[in-house]
Amino acid sequence: MRHDHLITSKQLSRSDVETVLDRAAEIDADPVAVADRHAGTLLGLLFFEPSTRTKMSFETAMKRLGGDVVDMGAVESSSVTKGETLADTVRVIEGYADALVLRHPKQGSATMASEFVDVPLLNAGDGAGHHPTQTLLDLYTIRKNAGLDDLTIGIMGDLKYGRTVHSLAYALTNFDARQHFISPESLQLPREVVYDLHQAGNGSGVREHESLEDVLPSLDVLYVTRIQRERFPDESEYQKVAGEYQIDLETLERASDDLTVMHPLPRVDEIAPEIDDTEYAAYFEQAHNGVPVRMALLDLFLSANGGGADE
Amino acid sequence: MSEDHQLRVSKIRNGTVIDHVNGGQALNVLAILGIDGSEGEELSVGMNVPSDRLARKDIVKVEGRELSQDEVDVLSLIAPDATINIVREYEVVEKHRVERPDVVEAVLSCPNPGCITTEGEPVTSRFEVLEDGVRCSYCGTIVRESIASMIDT
Repeated sequence: MRHDHLITSKQLSRSDVETVLDRAAEIDADPVAVADRHAGTLLGLLFFEPSTRTKMSFETAMKRLGGDVVDMGAVESSSVTKGETLADTVRVIEGYADALVLRHPKQGSATMASEFVDVPLLNAGDGAGHHPTQTLLDLYTIRKNAGLDDLTIGIMGDLKYGRTVHSLAYALTNFDARQHFISPESLQLPREVVYDLHQAGNGSGVREHESLEDVLPSLDVLYVTRIQRERFPDESEYQKVAGEYQIDLETLERASDDLTVMHPLPRVDEIAPEIDDTEYAAYFEQAHNGVPVRMALLDLFLSANGGGADE
Repeated sequence: MSEDHQLRVSKIRNGTVIDHVNGGQALNVLAILGIDGSEGEELSVGMNVPSDRLARKDIVKVEGRELSQDEVDVLSLIAPDATINIVREYEVVEKHRVERPDVVEAVLSCPNPGCITTEGEPVTSRFEVLEDGVRCSYCGTIVRESIASMIDT
């Protein structure tokens, strides 16, 4: 894999994805083998938005590779409150760390920040834009549970603002997956994403629906995302719409026995807890996979940039 | 150039004539070129004059400045039929059309309020030019209509 930074899943070829997933599988099978591989390496964490899973799994990943993290901390306690630009912030922290992880509320922030630094920068979410490291752990989970070849996937919920959805949809074009997008009309995929999926030659594999019912029996994977209250003008409208995109065991009666249910978490009430202990549920495993996948990514980017180099 | 036309917009001695601009876009052409008259440039602007090719067209004449192909290609976004005439000693010595560039920089501002380029960062706007619009290189927003309203003035 030859990239200076990881900004969007659009930059990843099938070969790039497989390189990361294969490395993650190796690490998953024998994490002790890489325990000191990046000793002395420091990862800079710049989270301008709240995060639990992404931030903690990056921190865990770096530490399990023998390194450590330096954390900008909350925006409220940083120089950002004094009006510092993102461009200045990343240039300063580049001097403290061997690689940077950035989450920022503005779309395009990772692209811009990467133009100001020489160390690898990994995008951990830029507004409604991209979230490529989540995509790689999603693909890792799909590969383990359903396989990436001849895949039929349903992606349901807030497809308009959900960056995990956009990144996953781009990446799946590498695998010729049949993608069904299920959402209320007001939360359909942005036209930009649809344009890109067509440009990637996957237009015929993209189908949009307002109901899960028709497509459910054909799915290998159902990827559920949260519909947020703030996207609706009032509570009753939200309740009406959100209720149609929640699943429970009754919903899944029409699904294949081999269906894999995923969710980037946090969930609110999109997936009934009664599904948690069934064979369908892969969402907690999915969250756990964040560690080996981010270890693989850090290993690949840091090794390519001169750290822990025995490849 | 018609007799009627000459009466409206006088000839220039040396410089650039941008002809066949879509009617009503002349001021946007000047805005894109960063010409506002404050540097003392000698300008002639004709707007909504009759045209055989375009029913109504605008025409912009800039005295004393020969615009390069790179400078004028960006005009293709709002004036795809524009022709560029380079004039020396009252004679047209070069005549060419605008071509769509691959990328335009520092000309348009992104209309997406969620885009990092709207945040006061030290970054130059950059748009990829598509067949039927432009796309922000940072946030990916595609704009197909009202591109003139995005001109960074």
